[in-house]
Amino acid sequence: MNPAGTSNSANPASLAELLREFVDEHYVVSGAESKRPFECDGLSVYKQMPGLVVLPSSTEEVRQVMRLCYEHKVPVVARGAGTGLSGGALPNPDGVLLSLARLSKILEIDPSAGLARVQPGVTNLAISEASAPHGLFYAPDPSSQIACSIGGNVAENAGGVHCLKYGLTVHNVLQLTVVTVDGEIVTVGCEGMVSAGPDLLALMIGSEGMLGVVTEVTVRLLPEPPLCRVILASFDELEHAGDAVSAVIADGIIPAGFEMMDSHAIRAAEDYVGAGYDTDAAALLLCELDGTDEEVRYGIEHVTAVFRRHSARSIRVSQNEAERLLFWKGRKSAFPAVGRISPDYYCMDGTIPRRMLSRVLKDIARLSREYGLRVANVFHAGDGNMHPLILFDESKSGELQKAEAFGAEILRLCVAAGGCITGEHGVGVEKLEQMLDQFSDAELAQLNAIKDALDPDALLNPGKGVPTLKRCQEYRSA
Amino acid sequence: MSVVAELQEQVRDARTKKRALCIVGGNSKKHLGREARGDRVDMSACSGVVDYQPSELVVTVRAGTTISDLQRLLAGENQVLASEPPEFDGKATVGGTLACNLSGPSRPWQGSIRDHVLGVRIINGKAEHLRFGGEVMKNVAGYDVSRLMAGAMGTLGILTEVTLKVAPKPEATVTVRRPLDASDGLRVMNELCRTPLPVSGACWHEGNMYVRLAGPASVIAAAAEKIDGSLLSDDRGFWSGLRETDLPFFADAEDLWCISLRSTHDHFMPDANWLIDWRGARRWLAGYSDHDALERFARDAGGEAWHMRGAQKGDEVFPVRSEAYRRMLLRLKQALDPGGVFNPGRLYSWM
Repeated sequence: MNPAGTSNSANPASLAELLREFVDEHYVVSGAESKRPFECDGLSVYKQMPGLVVLPSSTEEVRQVMRLCYEHKVPVVARGAGTGLSGGALPNPDGVLLSLARLSKILEIDPSAGLARVQPGVTNLAISEASAPHGLFYAPDPSSQIACSIGGNVAENAGGVHCLKYGLTVHNVLQLTVVTVDGEIVTVGCEGMVSAGPDLLALMIGSEGMLGVVTEVTVRLLPEPPLCRVILASFDELEHAGDAVSAVIADGIIPAGFEMMDSHAIRAAEDYVGAGYDTDAAALLLCELDGTDEEVRYGIEHVTAVFRRHSARSIRVSQNEAERLLFWKGRKSAFPAVGRISPDYYCMDGTIPRRMLSRVLKDIARLSREYGLRVANVFHAGDGNMHPLILFDESKSGELQKAEAFGAEILRLCVAAGGCITGEHGVGVEKLEQMLDQFSDAELAQLNAIKDALDPDALLNPGKGVPTLKRCQEYRSA
Repeated sequence: MSVVAELQEQVRDARTKKRALCIVGGNSKKHLGREARGDRVDMSACSGVVDYQPSELVVTVRAGTTISDLQRLLAGENQVLASEPPEFDGKATVGGTLACNLSGPSRPWQGSIRDHVLGVRIINGKAEHLRFGGEVMKNVAGYDVSRLMAGAMGTLGILTEVTLKVAPKPEATVTVRRPLDASDGLRVMNELCRTPLPVSGACWHEGNMYVRLAGPASVIAAAAEKIDGSLLSDDRGFWSGLRETDLPFFADAEDLWCISLRSTHDHFMPDANWLIDWRGARRWLAGYSDHDALERFARDAGGEAWHMRGAQKGDEVFPVRSEAYRRMLLRLKQALDPGGVFNPGRLYSWM
């Protein structure tokens, strides 16, 4: 079976031989057991053994891999750390799984200019750690930041809890080295702050490995704020918390992070880590303020006043770094905490305008009753990015399918509320069908035309991100 | 017929007749890029606010809406376009600003209009009216067509509607001025920007470094004390002159270059006439005409040189691109504008 519809002229064994001519033989993996760790990414309900795994060590080797695969029309799936949550790095059975894990050097840090040049396999957190001695940090901080790679962050346009103030990956990358499908090396963006012509840098970021393979990334580094405080507030009604979020932002304050949890998530997190959360509350807000002493003091005054006006049950301000981290600990462990109260959970990633929060939450609660599946809600409330966690038990027949159907309905709710099907996890294989809720056929055709322009044989991560015309017809007629 | 339907009709007609179209908003950026040719597509009727949600920090306008009108609307809610784009005598439009990706002095700290675009509607070369992105801060469904339009100068389609993230208006600004030569100015600006101060502008001009701080009055007063120099009593004229590129430095230049580069790169050609903005990441050069030398310099400095004024008719004004890069651009052009009707030659002679 060949889902991409490509004609594959080399079998895996002969292709492996050709790859070993320029990649260290230990890093061309063809044995079934050695390929096993690559069969899925962070969304492990999708599994597929790759034809071959190759781990090149340089841009030049990546270029040669691409040339060879282009010549033989072999699909290529690029992979970073494999922490993605939409199946974007799911291997192709007839293809090469191109791991960038060995391109893991920090090439340069220029603290005065506030930039770092790194290879794609460097982890997100390693960039901030290497920058810390200079008083700098790399702002986007997806929850997988210990493990996820910057190359994967670029592919997914990763966000995190701090993107409300500091932006997404697309706002924090200056330049990329990209290897095209036919093995050309192209630099997009520049080390300055603007580059002439259509923004190819932005086109590449978030393109899920479907338009090129990134082999070097230049990121912006920002000065570490001298002070961080977090305000922890609880509310009796979800609406009050939701309105409080909008009111803070309307008041002219842009918190560094602004997170919300509902009662299921609060209780699961509190049971798990004991962060001191108010377990009788319907909703909890975490509002982080950072900057100079004056900025933080100003922010705390204004935000606590807004919370009081919106009937907060309790308001606590972290008094020291240990307490700040404790307040965050509950939120940061919300996913594993929910994992303790249910055999499995399915994490959604829809985004909505903030003002729709209460309405969408009510609809999710209604669906939860209809499907007979519990939902815990954690969100990046400041930017309207919801992560409803649908609790289910895969060992029970039909529950996974039920959870997926429920998830699809949640995403339709998001689109209907003026939002979108994915805020930061990407489409991957998971949300291909939901792309039809988001886009018209003409829009999807335009996206496919862009894909076709840069990858005419559909070799780069085929079958992901944007449904092909054929699949659109199948979905629409189903 | 609606305004958009008329525009679609015009595109369809041009494609059938194989005629070029020249997209014009306020005609305030005629001096940028290469010469426009083709039948005029007048965007002025495609204007007005579609939706404004102050508490969401989001506004959607039709592309022909002027930046000045939009800033006035936002000011009513104490908000602002943080990228501080030039208004060009009230003529600059939102569509034109995004198409040229123009940002003002605050860009390194507050972001560019490209950073703030959340979604667009465009008419492509097949005359289809399409929507990409949306009204939410985070959206990774599909390729980022909205930002692909930034800098395209209308070569990939007609922008009809733009959704932007807006920002709270800073309560106050204050500017510290300090006499320094250009090399020291560069060094001091870069050092300052390593520290977490609420900077919203850093420029060197005619023997002085100017650093602007923005935020609550109490915050910036405390921050200003940490910077050597004297407070400028009225700073607005200077920054708006910089934003609008109508300081005498710009107005008097027959030949004008803009170089985008790594902010810390050494000052060079010290005898030439420079204005350094964006803490060193954007450098304006007046009265110089060795294109090749500047191209080389900019490339070595991790950046690129744009010829903003004084190019000979038919010359390229934007940086030379590699063969592979050009091929990518041409294929994208073909994907969005298969008939090649939109603004041919405006960006590059070959596109």
